[in-house]
Amino acid sequence: MHNISRRTAIALPTLALASPALAQQRPDELPRRGGVLTFAVGAEPPTYDLHQTGTFAVMHRVAPHYSTLLTYEPGNYPNIVGDLAESWTVSPDQKTFTFKLRPNVRFHDGTLMTSEDVRVSYERLRAPPAGVSSNRLPAFRQIDLITATDPLTIVITMKEVDASIMDTFASPWNSIFSAARLAQDPTFPVRNVMGTGPFRFVEHAAGSHWVGARFDDYFRERQPYLDGFRAITMTPSSMVNALSGRQIQAEFRGFTPNERDRIVRALGTEARVEESSWMLHMIVSFNTERPPFNDPRVRRALSLAIDRWGGSASLSRISQLGAVGGMVRPGSVWSASPEEMQQWPGYGRDMAANRAEARRLLREAGQENLTFTLLNRNHQPYVTSGIFVIDQLRQIGVRAEHQQVELAAWYAAQGSGGFDVMIDSFTQFSDDPTNVLVKYVSFDKAEVATARATDRELDRLFDAQARETDRDTRKRLVRQFETRAMEQSYAVPLLWWQRIVVMNQRVRGWSMAPTHMIYQDLRDVWLAPERS
Amino acid sequence: MSIATASNTADPRRPVAIIAFCRAQPLGAAGLIVILAMGLAAIFAEAIAPYEPEVINFGAMLMAPSLEHPFGTDAFGRDILTRIIYGARTALTIGFLSSFIGCTLGGLLGIASAYFGGRADLVIQRFVDVMLSFPIIILALVVVAVLGKTELLGIDLNLVLAIAIPIIPRSSRVVRSAALSVRAMPYIDAARAGGYSAWHIITRHMAPNVLAPYLILLTAYIAQAILLEASLSFLGLGVSEPKPAWGLMLAGDSSNFYQEAPWMILFPGLAISLSVFAFNLFGDSLRDWLDPKFRL
Repeated sequence: MHNISRRTAIALPTLALASPALAQQRPDELPRRGGVLTFAVGAEPPTYDLHQTGTFAVMHRVAPHYSTLLTYEPGNYPNIVGDLAESWTVSPDQKTFTFKLRPNVRFHDGTLMTSEDVRVSYERLRAPPAGVSSNRLPAFRQIDLITATDPLTIVITMKEVDASIMDTFASPWNSIFSAARLAQDPTFPVRNVMGTGPFRFVEHAAGSHWVGARFDDYFRERQPYLDGFRAITMTPSSMVNALSGRQIQAEFRGFTPNERDRIVRALGTEARVEESSWMLHMIVSFNTERPPFNDPRVRRALSLAIDRWGGSASLSRISQLGAVGGMVRPGSVWSASPEEMQQWPGYGRDMAANRAEARRLLREAGQENLTFTLLNRNHQPYVTSGIFVIDQLRQIGVRAEHQQVELAAWYAAQGSGGFDVMIDSFTQFSDDPTNVLVKYVSFDKAEVATARATDRELDRLFDAQARETDRDTRKRLVRQFETRAMEQSYAVPLLWWQRIVVMNQRVRGWSMAPTHMIYQDLRDVWLAPERS
Repeated sequence: MSIATASNTADPRRPVAIIAFCRAQPLGAAGLIVILAMGLAAIFAEAIAPYEPEVINFGAMLMAPSLEHPFGTDAFGRDILTRIIYGARTALTIGFLSSFIGCTLGGLLGIASAYFGGRADLVIQRFVDVMLSFPIIILALVVVAVLGKTELLGIDLNLVLAIAIPIIPRSSRVVRSAALSVRAMPYIDAARAGGYSAWHIITRHMAPNVLAPYLILLTAYIAQAILLEASLSFLGLGVSEPKPAWGLMLAGDSSNFYQEAPWMILFPGLAISLSVFAFNLFGDSLRDWLDPKFRL
């Protein structure tokens, strides 16, 4: 394990936020075995394949069934520890990583997990076979060779130094599948669940529930503590009532401030609340393949119209939307300061001047009476964001029609470019700039870059920061990237989310983090007895 | 329901008939007044409403009813009274259009079914049976989910169609029963003997004589359509934010803030209830007034 001190230092603000959570579990309190954790998930999974998706609807159900090579240390984010890897070494040029795997790790079908399973899973992520897509291609682009030198050793060789590669190895999305199953059918994980994780898959009733049961041959001794889990599909308002009525014990994504207050009022001292900033932000993405959004003046004008500071102050009272930020999480080590942000178009505090400039740009572009359809999800806080953006654009004479669709239709439009402008979002499992800036690079470099733009200067800056191991130099490159991206405005951040998790105090051992994508394998989670 | 007699006793086209209706059916008249008030509010919303319906005012978030905002404000600081006034426009436009399309198509289908009889009647009525087996909201949900959205002049045509389609079989069945007695009239036989086409007989001789049940259905289904539009909007399949619509006002943030700001659900709920009540009162009274059997 490397860089623990640096990572721990970076984690300090998060740890401070999570300290009430740590206080929930007394040091002398030993985990209890047994019980079934019932929690809510607010959307249906479009696939079971973690390699091909980025939604929590999959992660929160599927993560308990899989393992990864490395993982984030529970309660000590963002420190990285081994999961399937027992130990590892890094070559002096930081281009070769050798992992020793744990022996006797079994898949849920009883077969032994070997380095071949890791190799095949990583190859699937790096170069997916026909009929399979990989959402993680950009993260794997610098990996040159993946070699299984013996059943318990895997060697990964890089083309170039990648400052974010340890996060890639610890990514909860990069689950290890059975090589034998993938050989039979490369799309096996899309509709089947079979990993080495703490829980085996029992059933999924679409629209209703997902059930997992303890895997008795799990490689961590005495874990998991729970007999099983049951993830129930629910709308956000149902979750509040279900948690208040003790029908579920948790929801791990997050509530609004108002929902938190309602649950706390209902549960009293039985409520456990944890709050943090969130590596999740709303984005206004312009389809640069469609006129007039191929004109930078139009995109910039629309970004200038949005009062982010005013919106943050007010929307944070009624929704999960919170801080103003750039392309990396505000408050993180890589983030711009508020003063730096105010230099970007659309971040200045003088809204009268911003909107005058926006009107001038639209006039210059011949788009004074611009109307378009704003594609959005029919879920909160997306709807709140849409209402806010439409109101802001109205103030420069632009009319946007709000089209709200289901998650699947939203993803389909995002992937096919079937939209004018969309309320988009992006979340990652780590603050590393390579993980987060990928949303804003050229479309031919990353499918997640919804704006479908091509900007080689942005790509150059992205690659430069990805190779840079000196933190200060890298930070400067990140700032240059953000400045360039804001000026071109292919896709512009709206607001960052605030994460408010409320659960029943019976749920112990779960770790809070500024991302809802990690610590969801539930291996450390246990249930305290009910209060009489 | 004898149409020939009904149309002899009261002609709704004469202005004096409205006064006679109000005297004979005071509850219906009250319903009519509410409907007229809604209609005026919808037409003159820009002049009546104190604020803009879609404009966010963060300085007035979740304000309780006051002189400034008689019905309070929502989570975006938007005036609820204003949104209810503009919401009347949405409710009446979609309600009337859906009911008109549904009742007219259903009426024509019912008359044709009665006129042709035999196999045509059998086939049409079995189709109607199938359509009637679906609950109205389920059928509307399916149609709106399949068709998506197509807007024209700010009206979601597919939403109108989604609400109109479930009305067709229901109105068809009722109009058919009235048309069956009309078909047996001697003047229909005379028209046939005169060599008039089926279309001519249906539209010129039969349709005018089933006007009374048609009008009753039209008003009754406006209420249903308003309720359906509100339900679909509440479920996220109807009108989209930030457009003002009563059902939509009950969804979204209202479910989040109904404890702290009960006015967010109270007034849109009252508007829906009052409008449906008014149309039902008016429809029932119209039926009583037009059908001599109910005067006995």
